[in-house]
Amino acid sequence: MSEALLRVSGLAARAGEKQILHDIDLTVNRGEIHVLMGPNGAGKTTLGQVIMGSPSFTVDAGSIELDGADITSMEVDKRSRAGLFMSFQAPVEVPGVPINSFLRAIVAQHDNLNLKGKKFKQRIAHIAEQLDMPESVFTRELNVGFSGGERKKIEMMQLLLLQPKLAILDETDSGLDVDALNVVSRAIAVYREECDGTILIVTHNTRILEHLPVDRTHVMVKGTIVAEDDASLIAKIDAEGFEQFGYVADEEPAQEEPAMRDQEVGQFDVSAALASAEEAVRAAEEGE
Amino acid sequence: MAERQRSQVADVDRSLYDFTKSEEGSERLDAGLTPEIVREISERKDEPEWMLEHRLKSLEIYHQLDVPDWGPSIEGLDMDNIVTYVKPPTEQKSDWESVPDDIKDTFERLGIPQAERAYLAGVGAQYDSELVYHNIQESVADLGVVYSGIEEAMKEPKWEAIIREHFMHLITPDDHKFAALHGAVWSGGSFVYVPAGVKMDFPLQSYFRLNAKGAGQFEHTLIIVEDDADLHFIEGCSAPKYNVANLHAGAVELFVGKRAKLRYSTIENWSKNMYNLNTKRAIVDEDATIEWVSGSFGSHVGYLYPMSILKGARSNCDFTGITFSGATQNLDTGCKVVLNAPYTSAHIDSKGISKGGGTQTFRSSVVVTDKAEYSNVAVACASLMLDDISRSDTIPAMDVRAKHVNVGHEASIGRIGDDMLFYLMSRGVSEQEASTMIVNGFADPVSKELPLEYAVEMNNLIKLEMEGAIG
Repeated sequence: MSEALLRVSGLAARAGEKQILHDIDLTVNRGEIHVLMGPNGAGKTTLGQVIMGSPSFTVDAGSIELDGADITSMEVDKRSRAGLFMSFQAPVEVPGVPINSFLRAIVAQHDNLNLKGKKFKQRIAHIAEQLDMPESVFTRELNVGFSGGERKKIEMMQLLLLQPKLAILDETDSGLDVDALNVVSRAIAVYREECDGTILIVTHNTRILEHLPVDRTHVMVKGTIVAEDDASLIAKIDAEGFEQFGYVADEEPAQEEPAMRDQEVGQFDVSAALASAEEAVRAAEEGE
Repeated sequence: MAERQRSQVADVDRSLYDFTKSEEGSERLDAGLTPEIVREISERKDEPEWMLEHRLKSLEIYHQLDVPDWGPSIEGLDMDNIVTYVKPPTEQKSDWESVPDDIKDTFERLGIPQAERAYLAGVGAQYDSELVYHNIQESVADLGVVYSGIEEAMKEPKWEAIIREHFMHLITPDDHKFAALHGAVWSGGSFVYVPAGVKMDFPLQSYFRLNAKGAGQFEHTLIIVEDDADLHFIEGCSAPKYNVANLHAGAVELFVGKRAKLRYSTIENWSKNMYNLNTKRAIVDEDATIEWVSGSFGSHVGYLYPMSILKGARSNCDFTGITFSGATQNLDTGCKVVLNAPYTSAHIDSKGISKGGGTQTFRSSVVVTDKAEYSNVAVACASLMLDDISRSDTIPAMDVRAKHVNVGHEASIGRIGDDMLFYLMSRGVSEQEASTMIVNGFADPVSKELPLEYAVEMNNLIKLEMEGAIG
């Protein structure tokens, strides 16, 4: 069970002139759940984006291997076809492209899925039921005018549809949204159940992890992995924050993840969100 | 997109438009523009004296007017080399089987007769300077609807009188140089008359094909929709590619009666050696509506601004257009509206795409006269540039002289965002397919307005244009 599915070695990356990632080593074994944590602006989202191949960043050193193959300079679409998936925290709106056409187009790129014609429709209907999505959503334009929860559902739907070998879930601010948290928990449960999925979840909200059997925890501060341990590290971060890793809040420029402003937090009922997420996770576990 | 049922017009590939037929048997007049040429065209058509006078007068005006200096260059167009009249080797038929094989094959490859059988109330097909086919469903003809060649209609005194009353009254020869040219050498085109109260369930379609090298096509479309009537008219155009300039200077005059509705849809896919200097104009009476749906894909240079004159109170104009300008193309498109009565409204929604060094300009003119109190105007134009070497411009003009008028204008110019490409590609879609998807999505508001077959054709044209778009 300790076969490496993702191996990031000595990875350094920058956006323009600005160095963001420094000498990152991170290995995720098949079937495991890993968590990447860190304060705002630590570079967590960037690491996910660089692994996926975002054109916004340049890799200066190191390598990324997926299932034994070097994907460091592979095109983005080929990484997807090789079994890599990343959910976006804020997926872009694509006007005029109906979701059902889009889903059909992406399924056609993944030969292994064998979802033609009727099978495709059945599969979509099945996932929609799992994620509690109304059919009407599929004729809407991709992400256009969607709420946070709706966007999350579309992201998770694609995860379940494509059944990747490795899913990087960027959930840096999902903790704020009742629906989003709920959907992610449910999708993770299904993904693991249906295809024994491997997950790297990016977050700084420890609550989302409470009911997940986390295998490894990685902590990133200022673009460097500063600590790595089993799930016990989560509780430690919960209790003592990131300061124990040398993080000084004031020094960190919030450069990539939207800052949690008080008024935004105030708009959500956080305790209700957590309760419903916990409920979903419990339901999923009972189903197993 | 992928969801759509494909039909015969759908399977577009380059060869579909880009094939040529021999001109054997065609009669070609000499190139250039002289009163002798104009007289000869008139004589061949055996037309009334007033028409010959109109032609000669137009020719004089043509020589007096200057070439427009405010748009794309038309220097490559040398009128001394353009053949104004090419008669295909056949008379007009209403029986498809008797159309000559070469011409029949052309239109069959373009899907015209199949489309007629499938969903049209009538079809006209023009090949070079003359109509080769015109047919209307019996049930529609029984309602008193006339759909025929304009020259053919002129042979009947009743229609001749009506044509004389309308022909080039909306677009007069002194409007601009190419309107004058059209007045002098026009040939072919359609005459449509929809009597009062008749609502057509299926569209009429005219298809224009220019096969002859170095020639011009100058068809005239005259449509009269009487009070309370309803018509959808579709116009398609294509031509094979030659290495010499071809010219299209047609004219479209539309008369929309009280409470009537006319939708005029065009998919223009002239070859990229074409100078498309077309003029279209509608006059709209009380409570009536003109809807323009316009897709411009072809031509080397295009000047195209369908104009609507809202003459009657509470009349409307809706314009939905898309222009796709690729390498070697400079397409200047948009629309004009004159609101000249109270409670009128105009909605303009335009999309422009440029790629491969192409230039695309949206140009609009909206005039609200002092009579047009309580009117509404909304202009929206969006442009998408697919690379750094292409160009998009927006030139909207408004002249508002009435009180209590709502005027809105929004314009945006953008590029295909890296973030959008990254998102789509991260789900396994190639860069080219992702770009095509984004462009098709951008064009979606227009394809929604087209009949399904044309929407599919438009998406295929976009796909064709996008091939090789990504270095």
